[in-house]
Amino acid sequence: MNSHDPFTLALSLILSGDPGLFGIIHLSLQVSLSAVFVASLIGLPLGAAIALFRFPGRGLVITLLNALMGLPPVVAGLLVYLSLSRAGPLGQFGLLFTPTAMVIAQTLLVLPIIAALTRQAIEDLWEEYREQLQSMGSGRVRAIPTLLWDARITLTTAVLAGFGRASAEVGAVLIVGGNIEGVTRVMTTAIALETSKGDLALALALGLVLLTLVAAVNATAYLLGQMSRSRMQ
Amino acid sequence: MSQMPPAGVKNPLLELRDVSFVRSGKELLARTNLTLGSGGRTVIMGPNGAGKSLLMRLAHGLLKPSQGTIVAGGNGSPLPRQAMVFQRPVLLRRSTIANVTHALALNGVPRRLRRDQAEQALERFGLADLAQRPARILSGGEQQRLALARAWALEPGILFLDEPSAALDPAATKAVEDAVNAFHANGTKIVMTTHDLGQARRLADDVVFMCCGRIMEHTAAARFFKAPATAAAATFLRGELVLDVPAPSCFTH
Ligand SMILES: Nc1ncnc2c1ncn2[C@@H]1O[C@H](COP(=O)(O)OP(=O)(O)O)[C@@H](O)[C@H]1O
Ligand SMILES: [Mg+2]
Repeated sequence: MNSHDPFTLALSLILSGDPGLFGIIHLSLQVSLSAVFVASLIGLPLGAAIALFRFPGRGLVITLLNALMGLPPVVAGLLVYLSLSRAGPLGQFGLLFTPTAMVIAQTLLVLPIIAALTRQAIEDLWEEYREQLQSMGSGRVRAIPTLLWDARITLTTAVLAGFGRASAEVGAVLIVGGNIEGVTRVMTTAIALETSKGDLALALALGLVLLTLVAAVNATAYLLGQMSRSRMQ
Repeated sequence: MSQMPPAGVKNPLLELRDVSFVRSGKELLARTNLTLGSGGRTVIMGPNGAGKSLLMRLAHGLLKPSQGTIVAGGNGSPLPRQAMVFQRPVLLRRSTIANVTHALALNGVPRRLRRDQAEQALERFGLADLAQRPARILSGGEQQRLALARAWALEPGILFLDEPSAALDPAATKAVEDAVNAFHANGTKIVMTTHDLGQARRLADDVVFMCCGRIMEHTAAARFFKAPATAAAATFLRGELVLDVPAPSCFTH
């Protein structure tokens, strides 16, 4: 193996703590974690509310939410791009090609996942708890925090699924972020564009980190699933 | 139809007035009047599907009647605090003690008092050592005791129990009956259903006999078991002892 092969270079980039590499990793995590945080803040109570309340058009909302779980990242990126561009409704804030724009785009991607999975989990749990909670004097609004807490393991899995989607997508962050070095370059956009420019070592190093991250997220989700099956049934 | 309470109910606590429950055109509970007096142990009996669980859910307020009202006994007084224990206890995915403190929180007990009250209730039902365990890994009997402890902590004026020991072994059944008597001794009105004739005889002060969505009779327990007022109840009591007696026909009295 010669020392210039991309795999060796990738490993040495990681092991030497290359600042360029770690800057990209840091921004990726910052953007995706922020998006997941905002999406959870909205999606958990929203999903619970849809689970508990009956209103006209509820079936449509649920269908739409489920469909949006598969929203293509490039479409989400395009929608946010149009809203944030100079001529768009939010153009005055000058957010395009900033990390904030990337957070907004990923929030749009993650929100339907968290809200839809929360809706399903809370609806199942409410079915089980309804009579007991009503018997103890809990109305539906008061039941929301009770149910969110008791569904905590399933909901953590939902949030992890959202994080997995955010950290692995490239389309949305590329369109609204622009892959500007040191400003909006994240792992996925770097891999997509550095590969084509020939910087295989950087792309491969980032690929390894991303793979490890996604594997860790999935392993955690799996363990949580095991835990809820064994302890809580 | 003898829907009159036995020997005139003293101190009525909860009254169902002309309550009916209709679903998809079927009258599952026909216009029903029932007065529940304070203190005693009322056992609701009757064949499967008679509407016993339905009657309790309506009385407890878990279901809205299609017609009629449920009012506190003394006119103008507020509804008494109530609790219900189901055949299969529904426990939160939390620790044993958290199940009790949560019930207290829902009933407006200030945070600083909850832990003490919950610990006392657990102690009372022999669950103190299990306080920190996840409630849902407790055994069936322990789970039902926790449901009883949770109800105990709420200090209800009325306790509804829907076949509370149907899924339990004899020892756990004994614990449930002891608990019922403890509530009773504490002044809580008991309203329960059971399929266990022996249990009904041991616990009942008065019996509400139901059949086909109606109350056929409401009779003092001693009289009910010796000489029920309706033919349907007589057939039912025989059927519970001798298996080949046909199901009671509700309208032959
Ligand atoms: N919430 C409900 N909605 C519709 N039907 C119900 C409801 N609750 C009970 N029923 C029906 O009412 C009848 C009486 O049920 P139930 O009260 O559970 O009988 P049991 O005397 O065995 O407890 C059954 O036919 C049952 O299917
Ligand atoms: Mg029943």
